[in-house]
Amino acid sequence: MDIRLQQADYNRAQGEASMSLTGKRSHTQRIEVLAESVFTVCAFFAVFAVFAITLYMIANGVPAICRLGVREILFSSVWKPTAADPSFGILYVILSSVAGTALAVLLGVPAALLTAVFLAEVAPRPLAAVVRPAVELLAGIPSVVYGLLGMLILNPLMYRLEQRLFRGSGTHQFTGGANLLSAALVLAVMILPTVISVSETALRAVPEQLRASSMALGASRIQTIFRVVLPAARPGIVTAVVLGVGRAMGEAMAVNLVSGGSVNVPLPFSSVRFLTTALVSEMGYAEGLHRQALFTIGLVLFGFIMIVNILLHRILRGADGP
Amino acid sequence: MNGIKIETTDLNLYYGNHHALKAVTMDIRADAVTALIGPSGCGKSTFLKALNRMNDLTKGVRITGRVRLDGVDIYASGVDMTALRRRVGMVFQQPNPFPMSIYDNIAYGPRIHGEKSRARLDAVVERSLRRAAIWEETKDRLKKPAAGLSGGQQQRLCIARALAVEPEVLLMDEPTSALDPASTLKIEELLLQLKRSYTVVIVTHNMQQAARVADDTAFFLAGEVIEKGRTKRLFSGAQDTRTRDYIAGRYG
Ligand SMILES: Nc1ncnc2c1ncn2[C@@H]1O[C@H](COP(=O)(O)OP(=O)(O)OP(=O)(O)O)[C@@H](O)[C@H]1O
Ligand SMILES: [Mg+2]
Repeated sequence: MDIRLQQADYNRAQGEASMSLTGKRSHTQRIEVLAESVFTVCAFFAVFAVFAITLYMIANGVPAICRLGVREILFSSVWKPTAADPSFGILYVILSSVAGTALAVLLGVPAALLTAVFLAEVAPRPLAAVVRPAVELLAGIPSVVYGLLGMLILNPLMYRLEQRLFRGSGTHQFTGGANLLSAALVLAVMILPTVISVSETALRAVPEQLRASSMALGASRIQTIFRVVLPAARPGIVTAVVLGVGRAMGEAMAVNLVSGGSVNVPLPFSSVRFLTTALVSEMGYAEGLHRQALFTIGLVLFGFIMIVNILLHRILRGADGP
Repeated sequence: MNGIKIETTDLNLYYGNHHALKAVTMDIRADAVTALIGPSGCGKSTFLKALNRMNDLTKGVRITGRVRLDGVDIYASGVDMTALRRRVGMVFQQPNPFPMSIYDNIAYGPRIHGEKSRARLDAVVERSLRRAAIWEETKDRLKKPAAGLSGGQQQRLCIARALAVEPEVLLMDEPTSALDPASTLKIEELLLQLKRSYTVVIVTHNMQQAARVADDTAFFLAGEVIEKGRTKRLFSGAQDTRTRDYIAGRYG
């Protein structure tokens, strides 16, 4: 009896609830639909932008390849765009960009990872509170300032080193310290903040219980960090590295100021021209085929960034994926 | 009948100013299952973690009193934490396999303790998985990521991982609360097997579970042990009304 009464109450309450629900539904639904379409439009804008940029780069980068041939432009090393008998080989420019980026990543990523580990796992709170804002500030410094500092501080030091290393060398072309190594060092510093903060976030997202489980098996903190926490944070760290590679590859201003700028085989103490610096330094005055060849350089750069994004993710992430 | 494996004397634990364990004095029998029961926040997990010094990882924790493992004070200076945690293993509430293969999960502990021989690792992995009753389900996929296992399987994997370092004591904090009834049953059966050679301390909110698996039970309330003793006695006739109320489900 008692129970039946409660059941009736319950039914009535349910009825009222569903009535008020239907009353509100049309309004809520309209907002839902509206919101959904706004999201869709925004999402499609991003897709559209990628497509448009890709098409534009291809449309402008391909003509020079057609006119000169793939070999003549991509695999030839002589870059004399304004000579009487011009030549548009960008092989050394491509190699310089690749070498500079690789070196920067080799130097910058380990340092950044260790900093991230320090911030996320080791540092006492007050110390992290000092280091973290410093890292964030590093990200906010305009790249041209990095270039200026590199010019003022790094290049002179590099020049001294160069003088010592190549004293009496008959073949070395002295660069005054503006060389591949300087560019790589500046780039290494420039990618630090991105790689640090993205990896730190990834490390912090690792559940506390994983650490506890490792410690409970008798592992030390350091063992836990290197054997459990870093592997667990791997997807995020891969993203950090990819962002770092992209940043290093795409950087123009700072590199332009510290790398010397001549087209050369990318050796550590040679003055070099990167894909990006070729664009910024020559686009202003280039005409005709030279201009088209610069667009090809742009296309190559674009291609590299795309490949890095896709391949690096596959390789680094896929190794032990499910 | 059984000897005393762990004995705590006047154990107090403070999180900053919060007095989380109040003068806990308790004997834990060897080769038996001891259940810790009590309402949420009463200090069960805290007490459990005091037994392998996992509280050391938490900032601002202060401990007074004694915890003796086979008569030796584990809070004495100079205690080797690695050795202690090797002897006193732990299984957590959420199944949490490491992001690596099933094999590497089990081999993790032995490797930490310096085992390099492939043959011996193989043997340890098989033995541990068998003891945790999950060998049949995993033997063909040892190289696959452990994340691919079901929740119940993952929890048995975590038990196997803890067993792989040959502990003497196994601490389990609500090991089945995230699992379905079938997996829970498997783990309870496993506990009854394990207690032949291990001392098990288990925190549980499930009174039936305590009644099914535990030889001894201790009832915690607000950081104190209100009553402890043989599970049968506690469940059939507790002396303290608060214990009776809690067991009957009339408590927080
Ligand atoms: N790291 C910590 N810092 C401060 N206080 C804590 C910390 N961990 C636990 N406490 C407090 O100590 C008391 C005991 O917590 P504990 O986790 O041991 O409870 P419990 O019995 O395991 O509860 P539950 O059944 O909900 O898991 C609680 O009041 C809790 O808020
Ligand atoms: Mg708890």
